[in-house]
Amino acid sequence: MLLGFVLRCAPLGAAWILVSVCLVGVQAEIVRREFSGRLSVESRWHPQSAAYAGQRSHASGFFAEPTLYLEDHGGRSLNLVPFFRYDAADPRRTHADLREAYLLLFGQVGNDEWELRLGVDRVFWGVTESRHLVNIVNQIDLVEHPYKEPKLGQPMAHLTFSGDWGTAEVFGLTYHRGRTFPGRFGRLRFPFVVDNDRVAYESDAKQWHLDVAGRYSRSFGPLDLGMSVFDGTSRDPFLILDPDRTDEPALVPYYEQIRQFGLDAQLTAGSWLFKLEAIRRTGARNLLGAEEDYSASSFGGEYTFYSVSGSAVDLTLLSEWNYDGRRQYATNIFQNDFFLAARIAFNDIQSTEILTSILRDADSAGQVLTLELNRRISDQWSLRLEAIALRGIDQADLIFVTRRDSFVELSLVYNF
Amino acid sequence: MNDYCLTRSALSYLAPIVAVVACLGPQLLARSDDASPEEIGLKIALEARERGNGFGNFSARQTMVLRNKQGKESRRQLRVRVLEVPGDGDKSMFVFDEPRDVKGTAFLIHAHTDKADGQWLYLPALKRVKRISSSNRSGSFMGSEFAYEDMSAQEVERFTYRYLRDEPCGELTCTVSERVPVDKKSGYRRQLVWQDKDEFRVWKVEYYDRKDSHLKTLTLENYEQYLDRFWQAGEMTMVNHLTGKSTVLTWTDYQFRTKLNDRDFTRTGLQRVR
Repeated sequence: MLLGFVLRCAPLGAAWILVSVCLVGVQAEIVRREFSGRLSVESRWHPQSAAYAGQRSHASGFFAEPTLYLEDHGGRSLNLVPFFRYDAADPRRTHADLREAYLLLFGQVGNDEWELRLGVDRVFWGVTESRHLVNIVNQIDLVEHPYKEPKLGQPMAHLTFSGDWGTAEVFGLTYHRGRTFPGRFGRLRFPFVVDNDRVAYESDAKQWHLDVAGRYSRSFGPLDLGMSVFDGTSRDPFLILDPDRTDEPALVPYYEQIRQFGLDAQLTAGSWLFKLEAIRRTGARNLLGAEEDYSASSFGGEYTFYSVSGSAVDLTLLSEWNYDGRRQYATNIFQNDFFLAARIAFNDIQSTEILTSILRDADSAGQVLTLELNRRISDQWSLRLEAIALRGIDQADLIFVTRRDSFVELSLVYNF
Repeated sequence: MNDYCLTRSALSYLAPIVAVVACLGPQLLARSDDASPEEIGLKIALEARERGNGFGNFSARQTMVLRNKQGKESRRQLRVRVLEVPGDGDKSMFVFDEPRDVKGTAFLIHAHTDKADGQWLYLPALKRVKRISSSNRSGSFMGSEFAYEDMSAQEVERFTYRYLRDEPCGELTCTVSERVPVDKKSGYRRQLVWQDKDEFRVWKVEYYDRKDSHLKTLTLENYEQYLDRFWQAGEMTMVNHLTGKSTVLTWTDYQFRTKLNDRDFTRTGLQRVR
């Protein structure tokens, strides 16, 4: 009863603390002020003709992500990272977000340390490369990239305690962010557009439901271990065909209340990295729309050949296997998939790097191939080339709807 | 010989025990017939470590100028924080400021004397901390002529030593010792180290690759003394004789015994650093 009251009041309390700390912050003397960020001009081209009416083959645009950092003499700091993307082809991909806007405070309690982050932030949990299974705090900004899972900012109170016994973190999260989806003119979408204005929630509190999360992590010599729990509004929407739309069908996202336990581990042994992520999720719907509790895992290894045959080049080979206990009823493409990748770092002055990967579905013959090239061209400019090819995707595959959406993208990035 | 001891005495009020060892040590070593070159070499290394002990922590800025054979330059700028860990390897953190595409990237090292180092990388764009392999000893640090093993603390236990000879170095007299890396993954077969007999400062290191050809030479200049005790080089130049490339590493803004503590060198601290 009391706990419920405290939890309900938490967002209000957090807001109050934020305001009061801000006021203190304004009075405090700023000893460090930094303005930095990046701008990127991009052009994406889909060589194959579109599968659905309205979809464009070219998408050009830019994004801006400036960062403002303020720190006072006591080490307290304020971080502001707004984000804006303009896309000439798809107005739904043109969007703004507050990636980060938080106050950071920390201090000592005996030999231990506490840290508090209040505001909007992004959090990363996990170790694997092909997918980020345990990483659940932030919503995916899907229009940014189809597979890399860039994140939207999430309002939160994030308290950390750390000592020789490990690191314990608790999160209070409210104001659920809806996943972004491409519009009618965009590629990499379903036959029908997702209507985010008609979003539905299992909880009566809707997006204001207070989600809670916790994580404990510790290093034991070469082993890094993390255990996490999340209880609240799912970040993965279940998409329902809108019954009210008779003119043009549309999909409505529905967010259930879920509970997820996560485990992530990495063993670092010489040039080998062994990685594991596993989750148990309850309360989510499967592809048929029925509630099904499930487990999923991702594990594999990574080996680096340093200074290949006397050169400066490092070659890393990665292999991971993704499995979802729901198999054909899984709501993502990782139901039983094998991932192989190679990363070549030239270690030259331009930090030239090539990354190539293949994700192969073990149940069908579908393949997702990627190639990425990064190179710095001056102290402030860099160039990025990315290509994604979808091959042999059959009708049973979840990404069948995007089978004609292979693309090549060129970006010119200005870092300041 | 008397001058040698006087210099020690001048320091003795700061660190009496060290001074006595220093005064007796090298003379005995150099003169004694029963000490083997290996024993003398090790004693020089231990003495140099002894003199470096007790700094607590420090922070500094590093500027690296990378120069290729044609003279084309590229700049790296980073901040370094080091925490002394009594009885084990130091903890250090590198935070990158330039080039701008890696700004905010931070690199944490927990060096150990008896087991593999722990190394973590913080990638600010993803807000991700990655534990990385510490096997990359011989790889280039940021595309420079410094290898990872040149950048990390030169713990005594990482080498075996052999004293070779004394020879003049500038106005000083230097001992020349050979040190052989214990780690099989080191890119070097051996190194020759020039250290002056006054303060045990390193003035020159020659690096020999696995095929024993002279690969690189490091020269150290502009030594300054901090807290009336600790000598730090202001400029380090690494020349690669095979490629003709060079890197000049300049140290500025040294600050000793700052507020840094153990909790700043954790994964949480790594994510906080700017």
